Amino acid sequence: MTQETTMPLWKQDGAKPFIQIKNVTKKFGEFTAVDNVSLDIYENELFCLLGGSGSGKSTLLRILAGFEELTSGQVLIDGVDMANIEPWNRPINMMFQSYALFPHMTVAKNIAFGLKRDNVPKKEIAERVAEMLTMMQIEAFADRKPDQLSGGQRQRVALARSLIKRPKLLLLDEPLGALDKKLREETQFELVNIQDKLGVTFVVVTHDQEEAMTLATRIGVMGNGIITQVDEPRDVYEYPSSRFVAEFVGSINLFEGRIYEDEVEHVKIKSKEAGCNFFVNHGVSCSPNQKVTVAIRPEKMKVTRRKPEQEYNCLHGQIIDIAYMGNLSIFRVKLKSDVIVRVTLPNLVRENRNPLTWDDFVYLAWDDDSSVVLTS
Amino acid sequence: MTRNSKFLSISSLFGFIFLYAPILSLIIYSFNKSKLVTVWGGWSVKWYAELFNNQQIIDAAIVSLKVAFITATLSVVLGVLAGYVLSRMGKFPGKLIVSGWISAPLIMPEVITGLSLLLLFVSLENLIGWPAGRGITTIIIAHTTFCMAYVAVIVQSRLSQMDDSLEEAAMDLGAKPHSLFFLITLPIISPAIISGWLLAFTMSLDDLVIASFVSGPGNSTLPMVIFSKIRLGVSPEVNALATIMILIVAIGVVSAMWQMRKKEKTL
Repeated sequence: MTQETTMPLWKQDGAKPFIQIKNVTKKFGEFTAVDNVSLDIYENELFCLLGGSGSGKSTLLRILAGFEELTSGQVLIDGVDMANIEPWNRPINMMFQSYALFPHMTVAKNIAFGLKRDNVPKKEIAERVAEMLTMMQIEAFADRKPDQLSGGQRQRVALARSLIKRPKLLLLDEPLGALDKKLREETQFELVNIQDKLGVTFVVVTHDQEEAMTLATRIGVMGNGIITQVDEPRDVYEYPSSRFVAEFVGSINLFEGRIYEDEVEHVKIKSKEAGCNFFVNHGVSCSPNQKVTVAIRPEKMKVTRRKPEQEYNCLHGQIIDIAYMGNLSIFRVKLKSDVIVRVTLPNLVRENRNPLTWDDFVYLAWDDDSSVVLTS
Repeated sequence: MTRNSKFLSISSLFGFIFLYAPILSLIIYSFNKSKLVTVWGGWSVKWYAELFNNQQIIDAAIVSLKVAFITATLSVVLGVLAGYVLSRMGKFPGKLIVSGWISAPLIMPEVITGLSLLLLFVSLENLIGWPAGRGITTIIIAHTTFCMAYVAVIVQSRLSQMDDSLEEAAMDLGAKPHSLFFLITLPIISPAIISGWLLAFTMSLDDLVIASFVSGPGNSTLPMVIFSKIRLGVSPEVNALATIMILIVAIGVVSAMWQMRKKEKTL
C-alpha cells in the first residue's frame, strides 16, 4: 500500500515508539482491570487491542484518552508524559462505541464542535467541516440531527468528528460493532484507507477477531487485564504464544501430551488423547517429560479415508457432525478417546461424487510444520 | 379481548368521572347568574367581572404569581445542581444519606415543613435579624425548599438516562468541564429543566399549608385568600377564581408532561 517497502517500525531496532505504555496498572477497588501492562505502539500503526468483555481492553483505551487515572505506571505519547494532562488537552481523539453524537446538534455542528473549542476562525471551521463531510460522503446530511440518521451514517459522522482536529492518535472503541455484517466489511476497508491517507495512528479496541485481522498492522491480545501476545495478525493466528491466544483467535484443536524427544530442530510428543504421536518441526525449550499442548488449526488437516503413509501427526476417528457453510464445510470427528476434533475443508467442487458423510471413518493428517506446541 | 377492552373503558370512565365531576361542576357554577352558590340561575360571566374588581384578590394573585415565578426559578437552579451532583459524583461517602435528604421534602407532611420553617425563620430573625419579619421572601424560601426536591429528582432521572460518553466525547474534543456543562449537559437535560420549572411553578401556586405558616400580614397568597373567603361562606366569585386557577395549573401540568414526552422521544 505504501510506496516504501522498508521494514515496519516495530521491527526496526531503536525505532522510537509513538505511544509508550509502561507498567500500567488500573484497579477499580479490589478488581484489577489492567495488570502491569507494557506496550509500545509506533507511528502510523493501526493497532488492535483484541479481547473478550472484561479483558481490560476498553480500560486501557480510556487510560490513553485520559478518562481513567492510573493506579500505577506511566503513559508517554510522542515522548510526553500524560500523567497530568487532562483529556481536553491531549493530542488524541476518540470514537466512542455508542458514537456519542450530540443529539441537540446537527451533523455539521457535531463535526465542528472540536474546532470551535480551539477557537479556530469561523471561515476555516466551515472549510474543514465541508472537506470532512465530502471525505466521509455525508454532505447530504449536514443539516440533519443524529436521530435522523442510520447506523452507518452515524458511524461516519462520529469518525468525521473525531478526525476533524487532525489528532496524532485516534482511539476507536468497537468502531464497527453497531453495524450489520455487510456494512461492517465495507467499512473495515474504508477505515484502513482513511488511516493510510491521513497518516494518523489508530488504536482500535475490538472483541471481533475477524475485524482485528483485517484492520490491524499488529494485534495485542488481551485477557484478564494482561496483554498475552503482541504480533502481526498472521503471526497471532499461526504462532499463538499461549493456549489462551490460540483459543481466542480462530478455532483450534488442542491435545495434551508429553514431550519424549526434544531436539534443536524438532520435538516428538506422545498424546493419549490423540491416540498418536506428534512431530513438530521446531524446538521447545522446556524440561524433559514436560506436559505440553499441541495445537492444530482445523483447516490445516487433510482428511482421507485411507491411512496416509506417515508415522506422526495422524488421527483416526468417525465423523459425527457436518455443517455445510457454502464456501467450506465443518466436520466434527470423534476420536477413540472421545475427544472431538474440528476440521474444515474448502468446497472446491460443486458436486462431490464420493462425499464424506456421517459415520464415515476418516484419517486426519497434517505436515510437521502445521502445528504449534504451547507450553503455557 | 373486546369484552376486556369494554371493561377497561368503562372503569376508566368511572375513574375520570370520580376525579373530574367536582371540578366540572365548579367550572359550571362559576358561570352561574344566581348569588346563591347552590341554586342555578342561568348563565353569566358577571362573577368573573366582579373578580377583577376585587383588589384583595388581585393583590393576592400578584403575590402568588411573583412567589411562584421566583420559586420555580430558584428551584431549577438549586435542583439542577443537586441532581447533577447526585448523578455525576459517582460514589462518595454518605451519598445514600444525601440522596435521601434530597427527596425527604417530597414525603414530609406539609404541616411539619411549614412549622419547622416558621421556627427557623423566627429564630434566624432573633439571631441575625434576617429575614426581617415574614412575607414574600419567607414564602419563597419555604416553597423553594420543597420544590427544588422535585426538580432535583426529575433532573437526576434525566441525567441518569443520558449516555456518559456524550460528556466524555465533549471533553475529548476539547471542552473543559464548565463549558461542557453549558454546551452539552444543559441543552440535553433542558426538557427536564423546563418541566421541572413548570412543576415547581404549579406547586408553589397551589400551596396553602406552608404559605399559611410562613407568610406575614399583608402578604397573603391566592390560596390563602380563597381559604379565608370560604370560611365566611362560599361566594360565586371564588368559583370563578378557582376556574381560572384550574386553567393555569392545567396548562402548567400539561406542558410539563408534554416536555417529558418530548424528552423520551429524543432520547
